[in-house]
Amino acid sequence: MTETITQTTLSNGMKVLLKEIHTAPLVSSWVWYRVGSRDEVNGRTGISHWVEHMQFKGTPQFPANMLDKAISREGGMWNAFTFLDWTTYFETMPADKIDMGLRLEADRMVNSMFDEDEVASERTVVISEREGNENEPHFLLGEAVQGAAFRVHAYHHEIIGDMADLHSMTRDDLYTHYKTYYTPNNAVMAVAGDFETKEMLARIKELYEPIPAGGEPPRLSRQEPEQKGEIRLSIEGPGETTYVQVCYRFPNASHPDFFPLAVLDSLLAGPSNLNFFGGGISNKTSRLYRALVDKDLAVSVYGGAQATVDPFMYNVSMTIHPQRKPEEALSALDDEIKRIQDEIVSEDEITRAMKQARAIFAYGSENVTNQGFWMGYAEMFADYDWFLTYLDRLAAVTPAEVQRVAQQYLRTRSRVVGTYIPTGGEA
Amino acid sequence: MTSSIHSLPGADDIHRVELPNGIVVLARANFNSPSVVISGYLLAGGLLDPDEKLGLADFVSSALMRGTHQREFQKIYDELESVGASFGYNSGTHYTGFGGRSLVEDLPLLLDVMTDTLQNPTFPADQVEKLRAQMLTGLAIRAQDTSDMASLTFDQLLYDGHPYSRPDEGWPETVQAITLDDLAEFHRRYYGPRGMVIAVVGAVEPEKAAEEVEHMLGSWQNEVQEDAPELPAFEPPAKTVQRHHAIPGKSQSDIVMGTHGPKRSDPEYMSVSLGNNILGQFGLMGRIGYVVREQSGLAYYAHSNLSTGIGPGAWYVSAGVNPSNIDKAIALIAQELKRYADEGVTPEELSDSQANFIGRLPLSLESNRGVTGSIINIERYDLGLDYYRQYADLVRAVTVDDVRESAQKYIDPERLVIATAGP
Repeated sequence: MTETITQTTLSNGMKVLLKEIHTAPLVSSWVWYRVGSRDEVNGRTGISHWVEHMQFKGTPQFPANMLDKAISREGGMWNAFTFLDWTTYFETMPADKIDMGLRLEADRMVNSMFDEDEVASERTVVISEREGNENEPHFLLGEAVQGAAFRVHAYHHEIIGDMADLHSMTRDDLYTHYKTYYTPNNAVMAVAGDFETKEMLARIKELYEPIPAGGEPPRLSRQEPEQKGEIRLSIEGPGETTYVQVCYRFPNASHPDFFPLAVLDSLLAGPSNLNFFGGGISNKTSRLYRALVDKDLAVSVYGGAQATVDPFMYNVSMTIHPQRKPEEALSALDDEIKRIQDEIVSEDEITRAMKQARAIFAYGSENVTNQGFWMGYAEMFADYDWFLTYLDRLAAVTPAEVQRVAQQYLRTRSRVVGTYIPTGGEA
Repeated sequence: MTSSIHSLPGADDIHRVELPNGIVVLARANFNSPSVVISGYLLAGGLLDPDEKLGLADFVSSALMRGTHQREFQKIYDELESVGASFGYNSGTHYTGFGGRSLVEDLPLLLDVMTDTLQNPTFPADQVEKLRAQMLTGLAIRAQDTSDMASLTFDQLLYDGHPYSRPDEGWPETVQAITLDDLAEFHRRYYGPRGMVIAVVGAVEPEKAAEEVEHMLGSWQNEVQEDAPELPAFEPPAKTVQRHHAIPGKSQSDIVMGTHGPKRSDPEYMSVSLGNNILGQFGLMGRIGYVVREQSGLAYYAHSNLSTGIGPGAWYVSAGVNPSNIDKAIALIAQELKRYADEGVTPEELSDSQANFIGRLPLSLESNRGVTGSIINIERYDLGLDYYRQYADLVRAVTVDDVRESAQKYIDPERLVIATAGP
């Protein structure tokens, strides 16, 4: 992909990426902070996500209700997301109204109030969000598998946090977290859409450069030790459907093996869709679908990895066929993994994975919000070149590399196998 | 800057052709991305299902992609997935919809797969059984989903005695009862070009896109294609009704409560739609979100929805709450519905929502999918090709009195439907 963007760093350390796109009268503006669940210690799990909620509770200049009214009145879309490694806020608005989004983000980078009453009311909202998640077998299973896969690294807990911590964290905990990580030197701003770069950059400097840099934010550096043997676990819950989640170790996104692994994932489970807005494609010709679903062992199978700062997981999720046992599906999975480790894949399969990725990127380029997303997202775990060179790096993957990474990463001894055992409708 | 009026679809850039066999083709160009979207529908929805075989239309639509005279299941998906394309069917109450996308160079393939699966499905027995297992698993998962079951219960109460009370996906026993012959028979009787609409949006000249569709589907005929029966009359419940659907072991309950709403073609549609935005959508979920989430901290989500189409609509509030807070949340929501019906909305609230409706239009029409959905909407409800160009005026024409009158027409605080699902 060839495209021009403007990249610069303000005097306070905030990185800015700008990309003009004049296809629709819209601008999407994103502010990314390098803070997420990886920065949380036990006792304060879920704090990054809760802080994100509090960022919608207002500043002296933009009280809570005024904010969403003002943006909605202009027909804007805004939201925020908390992930393992980052927290991000965006506004996509008619091009002539985006200034409001720029002002709002500059303001709440420093001036959010974290009012005690608002913290109390948001506590029950976040608890309710977690209770809703707990209704889902996939959440319960995923939480158990992730917890087993990471004993030492802070990736061990869910982004929403443990219920115990949601009950005990205080307003001061939240405010301290905010003040520690919400600094311009810990932020990246990405703006895509219908604007003139010179004007936009001047306005961003005017709004953001007066914000003083903060200290270097603290980082946890507790590397996960090597796993010495397969971990199997099960959880029980209501329902009639059995789910199995198998998680393998996966490298960080800036690791060169990420690309042969992306091809491997595409062959095994269908291409993962890394776009935030703009969907993916089906996976019915993938090796795992053919081995599991076509053979009536499972009714669905999905696989995928996340692009992360530290090594995380490659997950395969199976919904077991009502007449089959989870062991049968697991055994078929093992056979397929052995096959891709033993037999070299064809060049054609790599070419196919490449075309799939090219299509998914084209779908993602239909909207400015997704394009704004990519500029900041790629900065969180690598840099924008990672995105620009993604297709070229996939194209450069060889069959031998696919085989090597299959052997190196898809190892039984370093995986976690979790099973959701249904206890029936009358649990 | 790009001029905003120019980017809205209208009569001068939507190409509309009616083929001799009845298919309506709509096309619009977008050369900003090298991709293309197709989407549309046929008049073959769950309304046509017998009670004892509920889920049939849904089953047929899923089974179309499971094999044709020319292609087996794996071949269909191999052709699509090899080029990063997608295509599929889904069935609703009135329609069976279809949709897909690809890089623009693969549009002929997309149209070919669509034509083949629409006209020549073979419903292979082994594939049908796989699909049945998947559908039954889907129903078992639905039975555990508090949100799905609260919605389903709401429809049963609101539309008691009307076909809209039935879930389009059916029930485990009705899906079990469907035979291979049922699938083929349904396809033969109800799939045909009459009433079919297809839209193509993307990096292709509209005239060329329409020609390609005509080339593929122009010769399709079904002499025995039957129409759907007329919808029976509908009356909302005469007094407030409430039902709980128990799903043991869950940590959160879902509430779906409200009443009926207008048809899409009713003149008060825009007033109700703006009113609904004020009630439970605007900003962080409107008045409902403010009371239930912001003030009381009872729920992560609490918002109102308006579901409108061919027949009587539904207007309801959805919220997920701790099981111990159900009564409290229901009381708060009922109070807001009453206040809304009694007092209507303020001029400021209305002008905020009007600005929101007008301002968000370019965003909703940004992607190929957004444009496709919009021009299909125009065709389905006969809105006129310039509908989106006139939209701002239609929105601005609504007054505070219009909103109050339309609120009172539908929302009677003594005649609410309240459905809950949870432990």
